[in-house]
Amino acid sequence: MSTQLNSKIPAGPLGDKWSSYKEDVKLVNPNNKRKFKVIVVGTGLAGASAAATLAELGYQVDAFTFHDSPRRAHSIAAQGGINAAKNYQGDGDSVHRLFYDTIKGGDFRSREANVHRLAEVSVNIIDQMVAQGVPFAREYGGLLDNRSFGGAQVSRTFYARGQTGQQLLLGAYQQLARQIGLGGVRLFNRTELVDVVTVEGRAAGIVVRDLMTGEVTSHAAHAVVMATGGYGNAFFLSTNAMSCNVTAAWRAHRKGAYFANPCYTQIHPTCIPQSDEFQSKLTLMSESLRNDGRVWVPKSPDESRRVADIPEEDRDYYLERLYPSFGNLAPRDISSRAAKRLVDKGQGVGPLKNGVYLDFADAIARLGKDVVQERYGNLFEMYERIAGENPYDMPMRIYPASHYTMGGLWVDYELMTSIPGLYAAGEANFSDHGANRLGASALMQGLSDGYFVLPYTIGNYLAPMLNKAIPSVDHPEFKAAELAARERFNGYLNIGGTRSPDWFHREVGKIIWDYCGMERTEQGLEKALSELPALYDEFKKDLRVTGSGESLNQTLEKAGRVDDFFQLGMLMCRDALERQESCGGHFRSEYQTEEGEALRDDDKFCHVAAWEWSGDPMTAKRNVEELEFENVHLATRSYK
Amino acid sequence: MSNHLKDIILKIWRQNGPKDSGHFETYKVDEISDEASFLEMLDYLNEQLITDGKEAIVFDHDCREGICGTCSLMINGQAHGPERSTATCQLHMRKFSSGAEIVIEPWRAAAFPIIKDLMVDRSAFDRIIESGGFITSVTGGAPDANLIPIPKPVADSAMDSAACIGCGACVAACPNGAANLFTSAKIAHLNLLPQGQAERYKRAESMIEKMDEYFGSCTNHGECEAACPKEISIDVIALANADYRKAKLKNRKFISRI
Repeated sequence: MSTQLNSKIPAGPLGDKWSSYKEDVKLVNPNNKRKFKVIVVGTGLAGASAAATLAELGYQVDAFTFHDSPRRAHSIAAQGGINAAKNYQGDGDSVHRLFYDTIKGGDFRSREANVHRLAEVSVNIIDQMVAQGVPFAREYGGLLDNRSFGGAQVSRTFYARGQTGQQLLLGAYQQLARQIGLGGVRLFNRTELVDVVTVEGRAAGIVVRDLMTGEVTSHAAHAVVMATGGYGNAFFLSTNAMSCNVTAAWRAHRKGAYFANPCYTQIHPTCIPQSDEFQSKLTLMSESLRNDGRVWVPKSPDESRRVADIPEEDRDYYLERLYPSFGNLAPRDISSRAAKRLVDKGQGVGPLKNGVYLDFADAIARLGKDVVQERYGNLFEMYERIAGENPYDMPMRIYPASHYTMGGLWVDYELMTSIPGLYAAGEANFSDHGANRLGASALMQGLSDGYFVLPYTIGNYLAPMLNKAIPSVDHPEFKAAELAARERFNGYLNIGGTRSPDWFHREVGKIIWDYCGMERTEQGLEKALSELPALYDEFKKDLRVTGSGESLNQTLEKAGRVDDFFQLGMLMCRDALERQESCGGHFRSEYQTEEGEALRDDDKFCHVAAWEWSGDPMTAKRNVEELEFENVHLATRSYK
Repeated sequence: MSNHLKDIILKIWRQNGPKDSGHFETYKVDEISDEASFLEMLDYLNEQLITDGKEAIVFDHDCREGICGTCSLMINGQAHGPERSTATCQLHMRKFSSGAEIVIEPWRAAAFPIIKDLMVDRSAFDRIIESGGFITSVTGGAPDANLIPIPKPVADSAMDSAACIGCGACVAACPNGAANLFTSAKIAHLNLLPQGQAERYKRAESMIEKMDEYFGSCTNHGECEAACPKEISIDVIALANADYRKAKLKNRKFISRI
């Protein structure tokens, strides 16, 4: 029997749910807020905005980051922009359209109520960020500029050059810094979560490791927010920052939080292809480039002429050919698979024939080099530094890479996980993007959760707890978790094997990429599920971590993270195997239309799979939350 | 196709914790692709060290896209190495040749104490931002974003300053260990914008005074601008100084009214 999951979606018409929720929510008196402590783990867009806003309201907030400063969180690397239904361009945008585009982009695998709320608050986000001094791009008249993004037919994306994530994160970081200066937030930097503690079924706090000294300590609170990002680094090569990891979410999962849809991973179509075997990460080139760049490959796999000498008739502008109405702006999953198929057919470009062209020659001819430079100058420079080629003269070479994970901790409408008092926000939760996220929606969701959702929903949980004692850090559950964490880290040091954590990460990542990457099959996933536990056993026997546990040791940190990637990898493959349909980023070769597009099975799989920890990821229990669509019609996604 | 560099000699600063005196150690990388980034070369060296049972070299890094500002490193005496407007993580081995001898040190500045090997503590930067590097704006109370038109050149200049990644190269490159470029970039970003006017003078005053608690003084060497991976202009320092001067006068005026 599967457990009933209560998503706590408020009653009433879709457009009224969030406002009626806010009207009914329990409040905490301003003078009582200081009696509550909230822990926020992670200081990216979701974490920093939540911590700052909760402190501003008067709660005591402890914020934790493993970085040296909150400003380093990986939200900073988002390039393209942030969506909002402002309709400043007068091109027919509305809250409903943003809602519908997001639901459709997610291939009808997300919750209507959550997505509608996201679209509603999107407009507040832009107001808030402008008030904070985020220097968004502007028109000459001084008003805000917009551009369009994949999966949308309106211009609703706000941007700050190719550094929108940086500017939004700095905005949220500055609000957090203000609260730190005022004493509302205590910041613990270079401190990593190693366990979540529950007492009598409620979140009671966390156990952390000081990365500089190796010291393991406990922190108790009334509520805990996990804003700890996604797990794209499970693939080893991804566009994520080097230290992005799943540990915090995974440790919460092991303590009872359900992990939802782990197989929904997003492969971004425009990254710089791998160049050699040393490569440690892949670099994303913003999707915004597809506004003006044209994607093509030579029609012949044996093409050997210089790019400039290949005539138009020998080029295949395949996105424009296959998806005439969206063309180069087809959504990410669709564009990625199209590129993979052509590269697999041998039509790839570059020295390793592992990319496709993204060509700006037409845009430069149409707009002039200056305009192109103004729009994309910093991206072009970045490309040249990495690839050693000048994109003004030579088309860029791009290829898909792991970029974002739609799956994550299961949360209800209030963003609470299946553990009362434990919340998940931003990329760490599964809530808003279904099986595929649209471009410029991650920043929107992180800030929506942190600024505009959690500050309301947490109050609703805390209000009845007024003046009730919470377990202290001396509680046996805390002591047991501390002991387990110390033993775990000492264990890595004592194995004394022959392979480094990075070696294992590369190997585990390769299995997950090969069998649970852009295209999945039953046979491949079963193979992965036999190889992963075997490699994991080897990890436990043959790991080598040099140095000690008493001073800063990046090898040891990595060992803990790779351990959790192993376990997560098994769950990803199991989830992909069980979901016998294709939807969004989850593409099973067995389930496709005649034209090679994803074929959903709405009768059997119009649900969220929420996995419950059982002591071993290979035996985790699959619970189901049915998705009910009352306002949109389940359609086959078409971008033709 | 990629070429391979041979026999790279690395002289790397090793320091086992803040209290250790530290020393240079010499390592050799026999062969590396010129497509590898500088940090991938260090990853490769670390793998070798772990294979030999030795402790890996500690260095700060994260996004490897030149935006998070985590990476540092003095490479042959230059902050972020020889390529202009490039953070260490985006420096590639094609900028070096076979047989090269490369000296790698941490940022050297009194305000950035060394944590271990090549990693330093830059939290003094956070203290400066906490003292005033923000616009006070309570969540939920913001007016419509298009209510205040901002001339494009103003928004663009604010963006030029806001591009700072907080890496600390400006401090490391400065003979005085001054943080004026970092601090002034943030002051310029916020003080140029209409939204930042209410706190303009208070911001300049408190940030500069907080900065002075940790860092050396600016004497206009200009090394900071040359080292900045985001090419932030030294002009921002002039703007911040002007605002600081005005702040001192204005505040006196306010006090006299009380």
